[in-house]
Order: sequence, then C-alpha cells, then structure tokens
Amino acid sequence: MFALQVNGRRCEVRIDARTTLLDLLREHLGLTGAKKGCNFGECGACTVHLNGRRVNACMVLAASAEGAKVTTIEGLAKEGRLHPVQQAFIDCDAFQCGFCTPGQVMSATALIGEGHGGSEAEIREWMSGNLCRCASYPQIVAAVEAAARGSGD
Amino acid sequence: MQTFGYGRAANVHQALAEGMAADTAFLAGGTELLNWLRLGITAPARVIDISRLKELEGIERLPNGGLRIGALMRLSDVAQNADVARGYLVLAQAILKSASAQLRNLATIGGNPLQKTRCAYFRAADVLPCNKRQPGSGCTALHGLNDRHAIFGWSEGCVATQPSDPAVALSALDAVYVTEHRDGGRRIEAEDLHRLPGKTPHLETTLREGELIVGIEIPEAAPHSAYLKIRERESYEYATVSAAVALDLEGDRIARARIALGSVAARPWRLREAERALAGAAVHDSTVIREALAVSFAEARALTHNAYKIPLAKAAAARAIRLAAEARP
Repeated sequence: MFALQVNGRRCEVRIDARTTLLDLLREHLGLTGAKKGCNFGECGACTVHLNGRRVNACMVLAASAEGAKVTTIEGLAKEGRLHPVQQAFIDCDAFQCGFCTPGQVMSATALIGEGHGGSEAEIREWMSGNLCRCASYPQIVAAVEAAARGSGD
Repeated sequence: MQTFGYGRAANVHQALAEGMAADTAFLAGGTELLNWLRLGITAPARVIDISRLKELEGIERLPNGGLRIGALMRLSDVAQNADVARGYLVLAQAILKSASAQLRNLATIGGNPLQKTRCAYFRAADVLPCNKRQPGSGCTALHGLNDRHAIFGWSEGCVATQPSDPAVALSALDAVYVTEHRDGGRRIEAEDLHRLPGKTPHLETTLREGELIVGIEIPEAAPHSAYLKIRERESYEYATVSAAVALDLEGDRIARARIALGSVAARPWRLREAERALAGAAVHDSTVIREALAVSFAEARALTHNAYKIPLAKAAAARAIRLAAEARP
C-alpha cells in the first residue's frame, strides 16, 4: 500500500505492480477524465500533470509515483469555474467527439506554463504529442493561443 | 503483461546488487520499458526502480571544458540546460526533435539511447519471425516492407535501425557513456555502445548484464553544430534519416568535421572517411563536401524498398554541414 496526492486529495492505494498511473486513476480512483487512447505513449489522450509536469499517464508505473502530486482534468476547475484553457476550448469550438480533449487541455495548460504559447507555429510544435482523430487542430491551436494571450504568455 | 515484482533502489550500490539477479530490468523514465512489457519484448521477474537516485542527476562542468550529464536527467531538462543549449546545439536540437513534450518530461538521457528499434515486425503485437524477438526465427523485414530500414551495417539476419536522436548527436560529439557494475564500471565510447547485428541481432548493446549507465560525458563545447531530422511529419515522428554535425572552423575552413547519421544503421553511423576528407576544406565548397560524403557512402547498400534513403542521407549530411557552419550560439 502507498499514498499519492491526486487533485489535492491524499489517496491510499493497494495495487498490482503492473498498474499504470492511468489505470490507477481510471479503474481505482474513478477519475475517468484521462483517456486510454493508444496505451503506448503515442496519442496523448492520457496526459496529466505529475509533480507539475505534463506526462503520458500510460507510460508511468503507478508504484513509481508514490508520494507524487498528480493533477488530472477533474482537478482543473476551481470553485465551479472552468480553467481559462477549458473555457477557451469551448469558446473556440476546439473539439468534436471530445475523447482527446482532456489530454489536449492538460497539455495546453502545461504548455502555457512552460512559455511555449508564443506563436501558432510554436503551439503546433509543443502540442504535437496530442493527436485529435477529428482533426480539430486549427480550433485547438486557436484555443491555446487565446488562453496563452489571456495568461500574458 | 506478465506479472513482476517491483522494488525501488535506495542508492546506486543497491541498484547494482539487485541488477545482478536474473531477469531484472531497471526502470528509469519508463517510456520504453512499459511498452516492452506490454508487447512481451521483455518479461522480467523483477523491475528495479532507479528513477529516484539523486546521485544520477545533475549536469556539471568538467575541468577539461566538457560536461557530465547525470543519466537520470530528463530529456526536457537536458535540452533546457544553459550549458547544453549554448555549447552543444546539436544535442539540444536532437532532444527537442525527439518524441513529444510529455515523453521528454519522463524519458532520461541515459535510457533514451537504449530504446529498441521501431521496426514494425519487431514490435508486432502478434509475434512475427524476427531474430531480435526469437533468435533463429528469421528476419521478416529483409524481404518485407523495409522502406524505413538500414542502408549501412545490416546483415541477412537483421536490417533494423536504431531510432534514438540524442544518441546520434552524442556520437557526433564523441561522448562517453560512463557505467557502473557490481564488478566495476567503465567508459564506453558513444560509437561502441550499440552493436551491429551480424549473426546475433538480439545482442543490441555492449552493456553487460546488470551494468548501468550512470552518466554521459561530452568533451569540449561544439558551438558550430547542428541536428537535421528528416521525417514524414513535421513533428512527433521518428526520423527517416537524420544527420548530426559538429565542426571546428578556422575562418572559412573546416579544421575538423564530425558527422553521424541516424536511422540508417543499428547504431549511430559516423562518416569517418568523409570527416578525414573534409579536413581543410572550404566550408562553402559544395563540390568538395559532396565528393567527401561520396567516399563514406561507397559502402551503403539498399534493401528492396529503401534505395531512396541513400541520396536522402547524403543530402541530409551536406545540409547539416551547412547548418552547423551557420550556427551562431
């Protein structure tokens, strides 16, 4: 048994050694926002923040995250108010089916913090780890650009 | 995924002791190991997590002007390090053209060069004949779809390429992998880390059982250097071919050229003969550069579908030489 912090809450878990952080979140903690797209680190649908940095949750062995601070899409909204990136995705119509959206949003919030939201080309490069099968890329870039501008990046 | 035991090493000494037990895998960034486990490429009885070993972190300047990079430094942190970004452009560029931002936050500089080939037959979910997966079973790629495969150093037994971008830059920089082992560590020249397939394609590196890369040393700064990655997508894609170049310039003349190609062989492929031919050449003399490169390409051998990679790799090398000459750190 070990503990980690998810969205500000301490969680004690008992898991099989093979469990990934993604499976821990989805199957054990009921946080199904992070999606299992490819389960090979190729699509970015499972992107979460691990100790403040964006990572593919399917590529992290849960046991290795003991004591870590994890933020998922469920932890972004504060006091009922959407995170500015979430709002920008709605304003820019930046999704169709929505399956990749939690990963896109988690990646975008990290990108803005990293200071990579300076131009369309830069956003495209630094969002390239998040695939969208509906190909909403122009709207996603617009949303990230709008959110980055709003944050003063 | 086969079950395994998980343990965390408290220090390098303990990791080395644990690493001597049969069927043990080290876990650092995890971005390769987890996929190997899923595909059954490896099925260790025990996974020893080394990802928290502080001794293997940090980037320090060496007294001789070089850098020592701790093996557990995440790719994103290496690329952002001021000394790397300023003095070793080729390495910073190779890292930033690798994988995605998310994966670079996990993957380590010591683990990345140990990633395995992206040959689709090797990574097939349903196991196909592959001398890496099952020694003696044959090579499906030799007469299959091999447009992404090797043009140098391949054998009838395996035509796969090494996909790491940073490894190519480290080869051009004459980096040294520093290892530890319960029976003693050593220093491995970048070019000697990976093996060519020959008759034993399943033996991919020269590391011994239980041997751990603890750091990477790179000699004096290479301000005139560049990494050119040719790929089918603009971003987040493995190289079709890549070229890492580091030049020592005296005015407009090349005093020393170091050139390594990626995704053309089972290891980063240094163009030693071309490098010798380029010593003293004018950096803008495209004829001399073309002729020098041609010498090294005499031993290139195409497969059924990848003849295009020979002129592509040659052109990439020539362009990377120009980019390195123009680099202004």
